[in-house]
Amino acid sequence: MRLAFRALLFLAIVSILGGQGWAQSKSDAPLQIEINEGIIQLFPIAAPQFIAESAGTTKQAKDITDLILSNLERTGLFKIVPESSHIGKITNFDSPIQFSDWKAINVDVLLTGTVSQGDDGNVVVKIRLHDVFAESSLGQGVQYRGKVNSWRRLAHKISDVVYSRITGEGGYFDTRIAFISEFGAKTDRTKRLTIMDYDGANVRFLTDGTSLVLAPRFSPEGDELIYTSYRTGKPSVFRLNLRDGRLTRVLETPDMTFAPRFSPDGKNVMFSRTTRGNTDIYETNLATNEAIRITTNRAIDTAPTYSPDGQTIAFESDRSGTTQIYTMNLRGGNVSRISFGDGTYGTPVWSPRGDYIAFTKQVGNIFHVGVMLADGTEERLLSRSFLDEGPTWAPNGRVLLFFREEPGERGGPSLYSVDVTGRNLTKLNTPNFASDPTWSPLR
Amino acid sequence: MKLLRILGLIGCLLFVAGCGANTVTRGSAVNTGGGNDTGDGFTGIEDGVIDTESEFAYFSKDYFDYEIGDRVFFALNESALSNEAREILMEQSDWLQRNPDTTITIEGHADERGTREYNLALGARRSEAVRTFLLQQGIGAVRMSTVSYGKERPFAACSDETCWSKNRRVVTQIEETTGS
Repeated sequence: MRLAFRALLFLAIVSILGGQGWAQSKSDAPLQIEINEGIIQLFPIAAPQFIAESAGTTKQAKDITDLILSNLERTGLFKIVPESSHIGKITNFDSPIQFSDWKAINVDVLLTGTVSQGDDGNVVVKIRLHDVFAESSLGQGVQYRGKVNSWRRLAHKISDVVYSRITGEGGYFDTRIAFISEFGAKTDRTKRLTIMDYDGANVRFLTDGTSLVLAPRFSPEGDELIYTSYRTGKPSVFRLNLRDGRLTRVLETPDMTFAPRFSPDGKNVMFSRTTRGNTDIYETNLATNEAIRITTNRAIDTAPTYSPDGQTIAFESDRSGTTQIYTMNLRGGNVSRISFGDGTYGTPVWSPRGDYIAFTKQVGNIFHVGVMLADGTEERLLSRSFLDEGPTWAPNGRVLLFFREEPGERGGPSLYSVDVTGRNLTKLNTPNFASDPTWSPLR
Repeated sequence: MKLLRILGLIGCLLFVAGCGANTVTRGSAVNTGGGNDTGDGFTGIEDGVIDTESEFAYFSKDYFDYEIGDRVFFALNESALSNEAREILMEQSDWLQRNPDTTITIEGHADERGTREYNLALGARRSEAVRTFLLQQGIGAVRMSTVSYGKERPFAACSDETCWSKNRRVVTQIEETTGS
């Protein structure tokens, strides 16, 4: 295990209902996992069941501890040292840790916590991380408060803190995934816009299936979805406010509009518009609803994606004869082809970190999801199947979701996640066939 | 399309009585023809009366869909019209000219081998190729609208070329007719 040591960064003490922290001695040498392709050894962490500090919170304490551990395990970075092999017992949150007990079972990081219920009925979860070998705390303690029924979010918030302190990267647990649920025969699919927590909990349908809906994308704030719907009879881009359910059409036009994405500041939407069979890229300012044409090529220009600084667009075009990925500036100038490998490339998606562009690639009859740097170098394929498509990034730019369609009459799509390194390919559980995922920012 | 039509006619020739009673599902290109239910076609040759009359009235939507053929097919990633497609579209255009009250929606489709976005754009290209051809034959622009379904509405569900070739299509959907 490679450990990197770095100066302690400021760590905010936050709460779902309002921040409340408590003093904690500051460690100056937190240990850290470096996430790179070289990691093959898992990082051992132990978390004894959180202490139930008030009556009636024992079940919540167990549920929250279990969910945190399940989150960490799913990352493929951690090895959970099970409670059955623990020597030391944590009975008092504030008592000094017997580090030798945890060293003896080769734990690198120990997570301790408590769950209590305040007079206002809210659940309070407190945690501390301990660096077993340095025999010190790893950052300050953190507490979150929330309603009883938001215990899953509390566990996700804690998981984000743990992940972030150990990896030095932002987490992705307190997030949501919007996608398309698919029902019925392959030749007559019903599709419904759907949203769930990152871990598959709290599935909610946002449309009733009357109209075909495609490819939702989250707004940068995570409070809106933009997607393509056939409710007008033709593919048209709509914007759905997730708070009040308000639905607005992005551009009133008899033309087909599709493949929308928000700009990083949320003020503009870039999308494809087809006029007389020719598909070009347009941008609409959401305040003025004016559409500006960005590409004027006779080829198919589609699937635009903004760089995180909002200054560069990557898109796909078949102007060279086959579909490839290009970059251009916001006014359609300075066009440069960046994909040059075998096969065809589509659906570029810029990483929120700005380093990679994810894409869909087809070589012969095999599809891949992959990543490349923004100049097209360092291409790396992360998946391979009959049909893999439509990557979306976790907010920390370390994990991707995409969908994989099984072939045949009874085949259908499912969601998969994979690390940007190509490790930890995992199928997500969804109640029905699921496609076109989009990953929300951290809540 | 031709082949289907010929098979349909043979079915009529062999089972004249069955043809009249045959119900045709809208949206299906295949007229299974007659009451022979072996499932895989015809088992033998019987003498039949030569009858070139269609079971459908010329002005009916069924005639358009099954006798002329409501759809044309495309090569992989292509939107160019083949000679066979042009022949069918010529007949479609004749029919449309004799049925001036009809309007049509020209639906472009793609096979499943490609991204969702690209296939939407490709379907639009194909439907525009058909629209342009019909326009050149004198069909009024106001009678025609286009839409692309990309790979969202495959006609055939298997995952090999036998189905993909049926899915790379443009379907001329008759929306309104006072002729039948």
